Amino acid sequence: MQTANINASFPLNAWYVIAWDVEVKKELFSRKIANKPLVAYRKTNNEVVVLDDACWHRLVPLSKGHLKNDEVVCAYHGLVYNSDGRCTHMPSQDTINPSACVKSYPVVEKHRFVWVWMGEPAKANPDLVPDMHWNKAENWAGDGRVIHVKCNYKLVVDNLMDLTHETFVHAGTIGDIHVAESPFETTYNEKTVTVTRWMLDIVPPSFWQTQLSKKTDYSGKVDRWQIISFQPPCTVNIDVGVAPTGTGAPDGNRAEGVNGYVLNTITPETEDTCHYFWAFARNYAIDDQSVTIDTREGVAAIFRQDEDVLEAQQLAIKENPDKVFYNLHIDSGAMWSRKLIDKMIEEENKIAKL
Amino acid sequence: MRFRKEWNKATVVAIKEVAQNVLEMELAPDNGAKPFSVGSHIDVQVYVNQKPEIRSYSLVGEQKDNNCYKIAVKKLPNSRGGSAYMWQLTPNDILTISQPNNHFELNLFQKKYLLIAGGIGITPMLGMAQVLAKRNADFSFLYLGKDAREMPFIEDLKLLNLKNLEVYESTKNGPYDFEKLIVDIDISTQVYMCGPMGMMQTIQKNWIKFEKKASNLRFETFGASGNFVSQAFEVHLPQFNKRILVAENQTLLEALEVNGIATLSDCRKGECGLCAINVLNYTGDIDHRDFFFSEDQKKENKKLCACVSRVVNGSLTIETAYKLP
Repeated sequence: MQTANINASFPLNAWYVIAWDVEVKKELFSRKIANKPLVAYRKTNNEVVVLDDACWHRLVPLSKGHLKNDEVVCAYHGLVYNSDGRCTHMPSQDTINPSACVKSYPVVEKHRFVWVWMGEPAKANPDLVPDMHWNKAENWAGDGRVIHVKCNYKLVVDNLMDLTHETFVHAGTIGDIHVAESPFETTYNEKTVTVTRWMLDIVPPSFWQTQLSKKTDYSGKVDRWQIISFQPPCTVNIDVGVAPTGTGAPDGNRAEGVNGYVLNTITPETEDTCHYFWAFARNYAIDDQSVTIDTREGVAAIFRQDEDVLEAQQLAIKENPDKVFYNLHIDSGAMWSRKLIDKMIEEENKIAKL
Repeated sequence: MRFRKEWNKATVVAIKEVAQNVLEMELAPDNGAKPFSVGSHIDVQVYVNQKPEIRSYSLVGEQKDNNCYKIAVKKLPNSRGGSAYMWQLTPNDILTISQPNNHFELNLFQKKYLLIAGGIGITPMLGMAQVLAKRNADFSFLYLGKDAREMPFIEDLKLLNLKNLEVYESTKNGPYDFEKLIVDIDISTQVYMCGPMGMMQTIQKNWIKFEKKASNLRFETFGASGNFVSQAFEVHLPQFNKRILVAENQTLLEALEVNGIATLSDCRKGECGLCAINVLNYTGDIDHRDFFFSEDQKKENKKLCACVSRVVNGSLTIETAYKLP
């Protein structure tokens, strides 16, 4: 049975990250995605299985049970389900009820993430997994985390699609006056929204000074870039970096500089909570594990500042039910992104309403 | 999974006889058709002897853009009365129906499939064939019936240009050899079947006989048919010192309920086993129409599922769970 998704802020026909690859082991793992409690595990052949986390019988979470030969045994009465969600054992009877099944979801493992398709299984095309290849590519190194944020996933998308906030939320690390005051350009098409901002001939903020020093002894001014690209409904890759001023970075020659990708994909958990998966991948000092740890911890500290603002914002939205957002010029990236999300939801509801 | 039922009004918008004794009906729910996946059914409130009862009908084919549910109803002379009610409907009549539920969901990610439909059991299978054909899945379709004139939707199947479609008429070709069919099925093939009880029980027997993987055989039953034509029969309950009559178009469970005998039940289609009662004695034959008891248990005739099973050419003495200390 498919459930209509009217009035939800997220589409169901989309790939959502349920977990980092390393989070899913040969044991039961539970996480709620798009209002659905799910249970995930790895089979002996390492394939990931995702099922509804509620026993067909009396709805006890299957994640409370255990694995036996790649099948899930319910902790309550021992009903057993295979990786298709089909019941293979029932207690105290010689037969199995023909309708005993839990829903199993299409799964793809890509870019170090496990992706699950919550909508119509027939539409689950693996080619639709958002491009985040920098997370697992030659000549790139890095790592990331998942954080649980008590806000609607779109507020995180908004946050990433306009980095003006860096100047204020992240002053002293990645934020300085240049971010808020440099012009930017927003473009969009059916598949993506891009916000490009170049800060030319500036003194790099401390984070970037440190990164540049991993590659060169240069300590002068730099050209800094932030190219944010959104893939609906919830993936934002940010191409960031600095290069010594005048070495041609704005024209495409980044050879003298350092380049990173802030990879973000924000999975809705409920209407006012989300699982925020992020990573920082870099193309310099890629054999130096300490840089991986330093940048991961550095970004984690920066994102804690965002978390604080976003949770306060969600609370304020709830406490001001009579008020709506006022949008500024700086919000164009976020607003084009929301348009693409709305279109996905509209398409889905059109089908749902048939 | 089982979902809470929501009941709504629906209008009968079209009725068409699509094969001998088979009516196709399009129902337009007042609140709009809900999205459904193939294999789904709706529950319909019918009236039998002026009393409301529930019948389940599979939705025919994939969802269409017309805000309707399509069902097909076979006129069964020995039915419990549901088909007679459905057959007297005319366009613009109003029914009470549930939202679609799917207890027979097609898994899209199997290597191979075999779909088997028997007679009116074609109803959930047509949509599955449409979906699998669209996906270029590796599958065969076997459609069995007495006579093609009584087998609806053959043309819809032919439209799919399936490589492996077999329409089998038993009046021309004799009984189908299920043993031969099942012995060769490999472990990567998932079988979906819907049809009369006799067909499904034969397939299941062979499935067990040839030690096929139980989870690869998927089926749905609404408990509508048996191995014998339904007859009225008498039931003796020595516990309560009562004799009751089960009418031809009534189940044993319904008769017990009408007569104030406390019972338990849930699925009411021979799957869950909650309504199982002890058989103390019987004459004639017990027609086990459930999928709860194993073949061995059925042969013992010590218990039966009151919701679907019955007696022919005889009577029954039973006891319920009621027991004084």
